[in-house]
Amino acid sequence: MTKKEKHDELLISHPPHIRSSESIPRIMWTVIIALAPAAVFSVYLFGIRALVLISVSVVSAVIAETLIRLLLRKPATSLDGSAVITGMLLAMNLPPLAPWWMAAVGSFFAIIIVKQLFGGLGFNIFNPALAARAFLTASWPAHMSGDWYRFSDMNVLSPAINNAAGFPPEVFDALTRATPLALLKEGPKILADNNISVSRLYDMATSADMLKSLFAGNVGGVVGETSAILLLAGALFLFIRKIITWHIPVTFIGTVAAAAAVFYSLMGLSAPHLTALYHVLSGGLLLGAFFMATDTVTSPVSGKGKVLFGIGCGLITFIIRMWGGYPEGVCYAILIMNALVPLIDRFMKPKVFGVRKMKTGEARVLASPKNKGVAK
Amino acid sequence: MKYGEVFTKGIWERNPQLVIGLALCPTLAVSTSVSNALWMMLATSFVLLGSNLLISSIRKIVPAHFRIPIFMTIIAAFVTVVDRLLSAYRPDVLHALGIFVPLIAVNCIILLRGEEFAQKNGMFASALDGIGMGIGFGLTITVLALVREILGANRLFGYVLIPGLEPAGVMILAPGAFFSIALMLWAVNALKSRRNRK
Repeated sequence: MTKKEKHDELLISHPPHIRSSESIPRIMWTVIIALAPAAVFSVYLFGIRALVLISVSVVSAVIAETLIRLLLRKPATSLDGSAVITGMLLAMNLPPLAPWWMAAVGSFFAIIIVKQLFGGLGFNIFNPALAARAFLTASWPAHMSGDWYRFSDMNVLSPAINNAAGFPPEVFDALTRATPLALLKEGPKILADNNISVSRLYDMATSADMLKSLFAGNVGGVVGETSAILLLAGALFLFIRKIITWHIPVTFIGTVAAAAAVFYSLMGLSAPHLTALYHVLSGGLLLGAFFMATDTVTSPVSGKGKVLFGIGCGLITFIIRMWGGYPEGVCYAILIMNALVPLIDRFMKPKVFGVRKMKTGEARVLASPKNKGVAK
Repeated sequence: MKYGEVFTKGIWERNPQLVIGLALCPTLAVSTSVSNALWMMLATSFVLLGSNLLISSIRKIVPAHFRIPIFMTIIAAFVTVVDRLLSAYRPDVLHALGIFVPLIAVNCIILLRGEEFAQKNGMFASALDGIGMGIGFGLTITVLALVREILGANRLFGYVLIPGLEPAGVMILAPGAFFSIALMLWAVNALKSRRNRK
């Protein structure tokens, strides 16, 4: 090849021509910073076990990423932050007292099977952390639904939530043995067994103490889901940095809230909006809607597609919460909608700029010899 | 004809599940324990041997346009024999394998061997082909069952391996079957492409 002077050539390059300082590591580390408050709070709330879970999960995710990239003879990507996020999200989706090896197994499954074997970052169909959570739930259901942190005696809920509704002590114990969502799911049966009116359950659920605890995060649940305010703060940071858009979180949370409000008002509850708020603040909805459903790889491209995706997630979540086998449905809702993303993208193609949809027969008219040279 | 090759090709070169991609349904369903897998290997090999022998022996008198119903009847007859034998001597095995014993009749690998091999070759070669294919089919299930039983139940032939270890229950369930067959196919294809490169 002959050497040419630089200015002799017209520079021709493929689009895109607008460069941004955004890069994968930059986005990933921003998300990690956004997740950090909720993660740090979980260590404060649940103690050293939460820290162990998060560290083991993150370290094994990075190790798994390094190993599988070496094995597949592909360039190393361990430090781009995506493996760290997967590890962190997985740990934040485990019950606080889950054994540490579950975090390690889950991370390896997430990175190797769900992410890298599908082609690595950008090609995975499912959110790795959630798929790993589903894998762990199917493998060790007793741990995944029973290793809750107990604040006092048998009480999973914070001591701040007192027995305001005046239940007999043994009924209160039975009610507060699992997470806020389990309370809603199993509560009616427990109360019916004890001949207590179900409406008192909803009185307790919508009491100021309960809603305050849910908002602050002073309740039981998986490691990272409890504190609504810190998750919202992290999400706000992501909005400001333009890492996520409003479409998915707003439609996802909005659908759950609307479905809950309609359901409970049909049930004849006096304060359906507060029960809907209870649904929004409890469980993994905020964590899922802001940090996992919005994963750019596993969500639709167009705005319309994202809205549809969010509504689907919300509906499936609510259906599982009310009638499914598990108290919480966010994980499966997002996974099911992940599988539908290619279909949504297909039907929700954005309009191509400068091209107008032709009416039937128009193409033929344009192509006919009479219209030669007519540029419409 | 090299008889050795006729026998071994079912085990590796043209393994029913791993290369031809057939008979995946019983493979996934029955590979929950090694003993199930071995019984499945025995039952399927018996049917393959019998149907191949019989199809080969009548290959000159079977009208070409009417051969599939005849082959199916032959296969179904041998499956019935296996089903009745198991029910008489090992009802526990029949219970464990469940619907997958009668379903051997529609195991596509058996009809394929009749179509592709037995109706064109002599009885001795057909018998070798049948046994080889049966063993190849059974070995795949057995390897899969080894992985799934050890990881998913912490057991081997029903005996606990490491007391106190909590096995990953999902490996015994349907998703575990799909994960393991996918990884096994990956390993086999990687091995093959590496060998071809040399």
